[in-house]
Amino acid sequence: MQFKKSLMLGAAVAGLLTTGFAAAQEQYIGLPSYRVGAYAAGGTGLYGGWIDYMTLVNERDGGVGGVKLTWEECETEYNNARGVECYERMKNRGPTGNSVFQPLSTGITYSVLDRVANDKIPLVTMGYGRTDAADGRVFPWVFPLITTYWSQNTAKIKFIGMKEGGMDKLKGKKIVNIYHDSAYGKETIPVLDAQAKQYGFDIIHIPVAHPGNEQQSQWLRVRQERPDWVILRGWGVMNPTAIRTAARTGFPREKIVGVWWSGSEEDVIPAGDGAKGYIAAGFNVAGRDFPVIKEIEKHVYAKNKGNMEDKSRIGSVLYNRGVVHGIITLEAMRTAQAKFGAGKSLTGEQMRWGFENLNITDERLAELGASGFLPPLATSCMNHEGSGKVKFQQWDGTKWNVITDWIDSDQSLVRPMIEESAAKYAAEKGITPRDCSKEM
Amino acid sequence: MTFFFEVLIGGLLSGVLYALVALGFVLIFKASGVFNFAQGAMVFFAALTFVGFTEVLPGWTGLAEGGRAVFWLAFLLALGSMIVLGIATEKVVLRPLVNQPAITLFMATIGLTFLVEGIAQGIWGTSVRGLDLGIQDEPIMWVLDRADMIVSKFDVFAAAVALVLFIVLALLFQYTRVGRALRAVADDHQAALSVGIPLKHIWAIVWGVAGFVALVAGLIWGARNGVQFALTFTALKALPVLILGGFTSVPGAILGGLIIGASEKLAEVYVGPFVGGGIESWFPYILALLFLLVRPEGLFGEKHIDRV
Repeated sequence: MQFKKSLMLGAAVAGLLTTGFAAAQEQYIGLPSYRVGAYAAGGTGLYGGWIDYMTLVNERDGGVGGVKLTWEECETEYNNARGVECYERMKNRGPTGNSVFQPLSTGITYSVLDRVANDKIPLVTMGYGRTDAADGRVFPWVFPLITTYWSQNTAKIKFIGMKEGGMDKLKGKKIVNIYHDSAYGKETIPVLDAQAKQYGFDIIHIPVAHPGNEQQSQWLRVRQERPDWVILRGWGVMNPTAIRTAARTGFPREKIVGVWWSGSEEDVIPAGDGAKGYIAAGFNVAGRDFPVIKEIEKHVYAKNKGNMEDKSRIGSVLYNRGVVHGIITLEAMRTAQAKFGAGKSLTGEQMRWGFENLNITDERLAELGASGFLPPLATSCMNHEGSGKVKFQQWDGTKWNVITDWIDSDQSLVRPMIEESAAKYAAEKGITPRDCSKEM
Repeated sequence: MTFFFEVLIGGLLSGVLYALVALGFVLIFKASGVFNFAQGAMVFFAALTFVGFTEVLPGWTGLAEGGRAVFWLAFLLALGSMIVLGIATEKVVLRPLVNQPAITLFMATIGLTFLVEGIAQGIWGTSVRGLDLGIQDEPIMWVLDRADMIVSKFDVFAAAVALVLFIVLALLFQYTRVGRALRAVADDHQAALSVGIPLKHIWAIVWGVAGFVALVAGLIWGARNGVQFALTFTALKALPVLILGGFTSVPGAILGGLIIGASEKLAEVYVGPFVGGGIESWFPYILALLFLLVRPEGLFGEKHIDRV
């Protein structure tokens, strides 16, 4: 009897220990997603890709370094107040709290900027948010990874220069910048103005009021100006409307270069045949012909564990961007595990170190099955951007085709602007920038 | 001067499309005195339902994808869905609120907006779709060659469809028994009931007709900008049109649409550069506000007189 009792007690203790151990073997990632409302088309694609990648790593590898990934979605509807609510709701979940906050919204990013520093949770803003957060001395908790709007814009001018036969050929050319009349849209104006001076081209900025579902007057003005190129910095319905109106007014689509938020299938399909030839920048490319996507199909969708209801969207620009979010987040986790030890949950501070010491080389991308899928990336205390490279894709009426290799940004122009803006922010907020020589 | 006329004509054609959305508001306001906040959501629901049916019908029926048969069958099914939505709205939302203050009915339509948007995305998904009505959105070459002006074939077609719809509805309101009953109901629910007008039938009819108008507006706007959530924003374009034209007048909606369309485009081109541009979204509201100061009931709206 006594033996039986001891056995039962032992089993119970073992069970508790096992449960406790299992709980510690988990890395919690809170996902502030948006799957309903105005921007649901983008949210479902991006968060779908991200979740699929994490499912792949759990299914195929048993997690990262023996630690299973767990996640939870919180619906923000792309609304700032809801985003903050989601942030607060998720920040203490999981064994060590939320590992990282990636809201996919510049508005929510600004709303939680101060909170993440207090709560010690890294804020990753891939392709949006504050450009000057690339200066890690002032923004230790914020990571505008891969490339910022400013970097991308200089790459766009390089691309246009390449198409014209050299940067010296830009002299005397005319470029129109059609932008969403918001802080996001206006953000690249200073960079374009600086580049116009540098290369001697004319730049004309034409705003489009939100939501941008009518652009007849703007494109008639473009027709009147007769520019050589148009840069499209749109958002949502503004993108297909711009492309369609360009077609209507006879402006050649192969002379329009869009930002990455104007370069998804959702931006061109509604414009129909009018979108053929349109070009957009991207820090990830579209397509299913990458080993990482094939692995997702094999280990996730073949087991009916995929997140996408519409499987035809696998391999789309936004889906693949979600996979990129997954890859970089888990690479940061691996980097942090290498320093702080594998097999246990990492804290937000440890994850922050991981994001700050990323070194995703071409070789590593090949191992991940993502060669050419995203650019190589190396971050540091000084540099929270890590790459600055973009590729350009052209829409052929049915799919995006990559038309360039990774094009470097002009950091000699961008970096001083970033540092100047970050220093101004630091002065406003009373922040003492970190001394990166003391960071390990 | 050619450029001025190009902008003006483009603005007038856009204005007709704003008026098309405004017409849905007018219909419901005339019949029930309700400002239907859900009209934009209805446009979205109608277009998404139509496109959704065009996607599933070939699989269900074996009809050729993209064929005329699928188009018209999808149109009828979408129209049927809008009528069902209209009747359901009457039964579930409006009937329990008969004779309640206008603000109560208005609030109910705000709730209806979220419901309709959610149902549409719940059934058909969130993907953005293209819509091809078979009319190319390209310049009319005859005008381009002779006047060096760009006038879109699609916009002319859309404006013609809208004008036919306006005429039919104006005749319906003015010269039919149903039209008279609609106006009586709009004047006073209780008085209309007391003289034997079947309120619930009238409301069901008007919501059904508004659903039809929403479907036409949804197809045209959907073909222009894609079938996506942003179709709900078309309602924003209709509001200044309503203020200008009056909430109860079909001709007012047309004239209001033309004035708003032309003025916002001309303002964007000729005033915009001096004030930083991007004025197209708020200029119509400023215009409508100024107009309200002079004529609160709008161009053709009914003058409201209260006995004290």
